Amino acid sequence: MLSEYIFWFLSFVAVFSAAGMIFSKNPVYSVLSLIVTFFAVAGHYFLLGAQFLAAVHIIVYAGAIMVLFLYVIMMLNLNELEEEKKSLYTKALSFFAGGVLMLVLIAVVRRTEELQLIQPAVYNADLGLTQHLGKVLYKEFLVPFELASVLFLSAMVGAVYLSKKDLA
Amino acid sequence: METAPSLFSLYFPIVLMAVVAIGFVVTTMALTHAFGPKRPTKVKDDTFECGIEVKGNARSPFSVKYFLVAILFVLFDVEVIFMYPWAVNFRELGLFGLIEMFSFMGLMIVGLIYIIRRGALKWD
Repeated sequence: MLSEYIFWFLSFVAVFSAAGMIFSKNPVYSVLSLIVTFFAVAGHYFLLGAQFLAAVHIIVYAGAIMVLFLYVIMMLNLNELEEEKKSLYTKALSFFAGGVLMLVLIAVVRRTEELQLIQPAVYNADLGLTQHLGKVLYKEFLVPFELASVLFLSAMVGAVYLSKKDLA
Repeated sequence: METAPSLFSLYFPIVLMAVVAIGFVVTTMALTHAFGPKRPTKVKDDTFECGIEVKGNARSPFSVKYFLVAILFVLFDVEVIFMYPWAVNFRELGLFGLIEMFSFMGLMIVGLIYIIRRGALKWD
């Protein structure tokens, strides 16, 4: 009962702060609203029993990725005077692209209900604990885990190469 | 089988900690604003009190170096997060898990050596 109330509260917070992120004119306010959205989504993870994921979500997304976003904003030239006006053609295209993405997401969400990925009768509540996650990650998903390190390496090389071009 | 503990009792310590942390910040800020003297002057309200006079605004592009440091931080941050589930299961996974993590760390260290050798963390 209580978790249902928490769910509704978190959902409202998530949706409203996400809307605030889009509609805010000031990019720094957008980032702050996005942080609130991330916290609400982390709360949803908690409700789903994925404690580790929730903690990681707060540490990585609300902590580190947000700093990254702020640096991106700092790199952009955001003087109000030079703000470029988008043409009607660009606006229509972006509206179309966003609409298609929304349709795809709705289709996916509808499909998960059909597939019944989560069966409450056999669902193990401890599944999201760090220990269970570790057992699955380091036994069944061994290859993707090792490939993740290759991905990290390529990300490092790419970041260094792009920002330190003068050294090449 | 006994009934599962309710969500509230399960997370009560965390909720309590969050309430105390947020409450402390809110109370101290409210109290200092309520009791602190306010004698604003033009100099005090300057962006940098006793500093250099402000020219232009804060919305000028910053160096890409900040971004590079931040993105490298995120990569190593995520790397450490992979170690938590491994450390919890350290004994159960045994030697195989150790080798697994060493090969993962090996590639990360190769990346670290690359970053240092390329001078990516040098500021000038």
